[in-house]
Amino acid sequence: MPQVFDRRANLAVKVAMLAIVLALVAGALVWGATLREFSATGEPQSQPIPFSHKHHVGDVGIDCRYCHTTVETAAFPGMPSTHTCLTCHSQLYLDAPALAPLHRSATAGTPIAWRQLHKLPDFVYFDHSIHITKGVACVECHGRVDQMPLEWRSAPLLMQWCLDCHRDPRPHLRPPAEVFSMTPKPPVADGWARSVSLQSIRRMTDCSTCHR
Amino acid sequence: MTRPTPPIGSESHLPGRTIAIEPESPEGMTRRSALQLMAASLALASGACTRIPEHRLYPYVSMPEAGRGDRPAYYASAVVRDGYAEGVLVGTRDGRPIKIEGNPSHPSSLGSTSVFAQAAVLELWDPDRSQAVLEQLPAGVGTGLDGKASARAAPSTWAAFDEAWRQRATAFEARGGEGLAVLTGCFTSPTLGRQLQALMTRFPKARWHRHAPLAPNAARAGARAAFGRELDFVLHFDRARFVLGLDADPFSQVPGHIRHARDWAGQRAGAGNVAGAGEPSRSFAVETTPGLFGARADERVAMAPAAIEALVDELAAGLAAVAGSPSIGSPPAAPVSPLSRRLIGHLSSAGKAALVVVGPALSARCHAQVAAIHHRLGAFGHSLDAIEPVDGVDGLAPRSLSDLVDAMDGGAVDSLFIVGGNPAYDAPGALEFGAALQRVPFSAHLALHEDETSRRVVWHLPASHEIESWGDARAHDGTATIVQPAILPLYDTRSPIELVALLAGGGRSDGHALVQEAWRQRRAPSQAEAGEGDAADARFAAWWRDTLSAGVVAGSAAAPASIAAASVITSPAPPRATAIVAVFVADASVGDGRYANNGWLQELPRPLTKLTWDNAVVLAPRTAARLGLATGDVARVTAGGRHVEGPVWVLAEHAEDAATLPLGYGRSVVGRVGNGVGFDAYRLRGTSDAPLPVTIEPTGARHRFAVTQHRLDQMGRDLARTVAPGQSLPKAPAKASLYPPVAYPDHAWAMVIDLDACIGCNACTIACQAENNIPVVGAEQVAAGREMHWIRVDRYPADEAGGGSIFQPVPCMHCEDAPCEVVCPVGATVHDSEGLNVQVYNRCVGTRFCSNNCPYKVRRFNFLQYADETTETLKAMHNPDVTVRQVGVMEKCTYCLQRLSRARLHAEKAGAPIADGDVLTACQSACPTLAIHFGDLNDAASDVVRAKRSPRHYAMLDELNTRPRTTYLARVAGAASNAAPPGKEPT
Repeated sequence: MPQVFDRRANLAVKVAMLAIVLALVAGALVWGATLREFSATGEPQSQPIPFSHKHHVGDVGIDCRYCHTTVETAAFPGMPSTHTCLTCHSQLYLDAPALAPLHRSATAGTPIAWRQLHKLPDFVYFDHSIHITKGVACVECHGRVDQMPLEWRSAPLLMQWCLDCHRDPRPHLRPPAEVFSMTPKPPVADGWARSVSLQSIRRMTDCSTCHR
Repeated sequence: MTRPTPPIGSESHLPGRTIAIEPESPEGMTRRSALQLMAASLALASGACTRIPEHRLYPYVSMPEAGRGDRPAYYASAVVRDGYAEGVLVGTRDGRPIKIEGNPSHPSSLGSTSVFAQAAVLELWDPDRSQAVLEQLPAGVGTGLDGKASARAAPSTWAAFDEAWRQRATAFEARGGEGLAVLTGCFTSPTLGRQLQALMTRFPKARWHRHAPLAPNAARAGARAAFGRELDFVLHFDRARFVLGLDADPFSQVPGHIRHARDWAGQRAGAGNVAGAGEPSRSFAVETTPGLFGARADERVAMAPAAIEALVDELAAGLAAVAGSPSIGSPPAAPVSPLSRRLIGHLSSAGKAALVVVGPALSARCHAQVAAIHHRLGAFGHSLDAIEPVDGVDGLAPRSLSDLVDAMDGGAVDSLFIVGGNPAYDAPGALEFGAALQRVPFSAHLALHEDETSRRVVWHLPASHEIESWGDARAHDGTATIVQPAILPLYDTRSPIELVALLAGGGRSDGHALVQEAWRQRRAPSQAEAGEGDAADARFAAWWRDTLSAGVVAGSAAAPASIAAASVITSPAPPRATAIVAVFVADASVGDGRYANNGWLQELPRPLTKLTWDNAVVLAPRTAARLGLATGDVARVTAGGRHVEGPVWVLAEHAEDAATLPLGYGRSVVGRVGNGVGFDAYRLRGTSDAPLPVTIEPTGARHRFAVTQHRLDQMGRDLARTVAPGQSLPKAPAKASLYPPVAYPDHAWAMVIDLDACIGCNACTIACQAENNIPVVGAEQVAAGREMHWIRVDRYPADEAGGGSIFQPVPCMHCEDAPCEVVCPVGATVHDSEGLNVQVYNRCVGTRFCSNNCPYKVRRFNFLQYADETTETLKAMHNPDVTVRQVGVMEKCTYCLQRLSRARLHAEKAGAPIADGDVLTACQSACPTLAIHFGDLNDAASDVVRAKRSPRHYAMLDELNTRPRTTYLARVAGAASNAAPPGKEPT
């Protein structure tokens, strides 16, 4: 009986096996890169107006809720309307070139198109208000925005990261009065966190808590 | 690539010529072309890889007062059908109307909705709505009816139309309005009535015509014959002890049908199921076309219309014989059938608590006789009230459509304004309205869609939807509601009120001012606002605000009219037709055709046939067999030289020697959804409303229906159970389970569906569709068994009730030991801590094992990309709290998880636990008869726990031990229905 495969077939098989391994590696790299792009942290993002949280929060000391008005009541924290900005900027820095888009928006009646940094997939239903109510401070997820000249993302926003907290939330909680504070967690918070009423860990890690 | 790509323009780039690259190849594919295709695919694939799309946030420029919240903002308003208002709360999110709920304060709604009210949202966002004024170019006038006229219609503007009218108006003023005609549908709007009065004052010789294809003409004529004037009747099913339906379906279509069903179910639940609480009322249906009332009546008999008319004669004569002493049981003098005898017994023993409902297809004579029966039994003021017609306009009497056609044919109409309606489509075929319309030099048509009538008029004017315009309308009992918009008009449109106000003079006014002015005038003579000055204005402003927020005008229900004794009809009965007669009814889903472009309604299974996307010539089995027809055969129906061809549906419950032709189909110009669906039965219709003798013959062709339920038998599985009054179902013994027990300490959501209350109206199905972003899949996919409804309503014939039906809504059972969960390879369907069987879309890979393993068949799979993710208006309609599913994903009922989440978050934030009734599922809140109970099993006082303790409680397919959370209450069989009323029946 003659040989079914000739000698050159050995090489073809080797090449094919190598190709499969390379494809897997390449796939993993692409996946990793995609994940990194989705969850990139610490990269300042340019915006239509180079808005500085560092200035407004850190230097001037404006409360988060002055602009993010519905953060205590709704899923979406609220983005400041053009007229909210104009509360001050109808008087201050009128001629600053950086603020030209703001004045254009007010004149034309068109919104300012901010880049969204914290984008969750559409099948995730995150609610700001319940996190604020239960004592998850802004700084827990958004980082020290009072030190960010241009906003960057300080948490990866991956499901694993969400679950880390949902499985053991108490270390991340602080009293309501401290929620909007940018300072590190005060030690008094631990006692408070033990007393706050929370849904069971089972409930907080149910799929249906965030997905529907 | 060895071969350069041929330059664009060369032969190989022409469509259909790509194979010609290597003409020598017999198979059309060579190594070289295969490589080229592969390389091209690779290039395309790599081109498709893009960066993660950049998302932008667009804040308000100026924040609205209400800000932005998560709870829907509701606006009390009304959805108007055939002129009558159904009070609703329009739920908006971020300013977009997305869901309709019933208004609990409204007498026609009581918090529930009809299928049409639910579908109003899709009607508003319909991408096929007309968006601009169109003007027919002069060449288009008076030419062919081939439907190609749109090619000659040019986009125009309201300003151009206003100018064109202004020029005519001056001439009309000189002539007193001679030659001016206005055609409206039925309307009850006091403001529109006022505008019309103003129009007639300005042009005294103008003509007002009214046309609605299914107007209650016979009922009105019957009232005129009996009482000397037109009257409306308000039926009180809660006070009636015996209800007789004569070819009538008071549970669907007619004004007030939700109220009828609620009252009927209410007294049934209050009396029938509680031992010692009195007998429930009995209902008896004699009908030609099976309807919801007949399906739920304790007894029903199918009869052709002529036989029903004869029956009414016998009833009238028999009751006249026992008149004066309702308790006398002596047989009447005239020879009557056993059926009439029993009915006379029931009616006379019920006395003033008897209620006879007459259908629109029966003659005016029949309506008059029933009015006399009611009067004789003393039912007026008890089981029904007579009120002045709700759609009347003081001082004006409408003329008919046939008058208008005569005038148009005679050249007496110079300018015609068609305000709403679609007469070129829904006028009886015998009238030839479309042809007459083309003889009118100046015609304008205000409509939501560019439709059959728009194509035949000079000016097509886009109308505002009720949800985006100001108006008012009255309910079946006369209660008025101010219709307030929940959004600004999406397009440059006007409401009927605004158009008629323009015709009446005084320039363009906005609807808000017109409605407010009308009500200020209306209230002025009687109310405290009389007088001048700021105080009166303030009082009116307060009244206006309160009225808008309540959704009803307080105290506006019509007072019962005083009626004299009804004249007894003595004229002999007309000769009975011997041929098969055709009965024309509004379709259960598309009504008179107005909703033909509404995908939700088209795909909603018709209650009895479970047919979607179609109408059919409905025949009884013996008649069909005699004609040589079976379900799916196409038949030709001929009458008076006109004919239509439609597929036959054989329905066991239908009357012999009659055919039902549902109207509203065969639209040629309406939109992408409704064009060419079904056949147009209007073409066959004569000028009279009476049943039409027809001949029916097979054409030999076949038609494939898209139905959602293929078998009516329960295959011995006892899915929809019945129980004798006062009896209880045997308790199923607890079975051992191999699954470990799971505790649900927080909440344990559950549902109970009361089959004794369900009337099969489908409101739950369409409410669920609106709430949960359920896509429309189309007839082909439904025929392939791929409908997406999360709650379906199964129908089974009820064996004991003479052709009645049991309706069984079936959502996901949320089994505690769910068969679907154990077979999912990726954990996409799992239980949560509150006992919900949840479907995690982002995990689902589409194996469909779960659906295969579900014994209740309630899981729905996205075989294709059903959800429309591209059309802008439909995107705006989606509920933002529910994921829009993609192709390849399984979905099913979630118990309205988004509503549970909203209630839970609210409770957590407010620090108060969720109370019973805080969460209403979409199906539950829409249900007219409150058949659906939902709540927490851990709350011992909850409604659902009470329902689960009922002796009628059972679980479907209990033997499978899936321990479903959704369970049923058995239907109470009409065991007493065949018995005579005690001691009252003549023998």
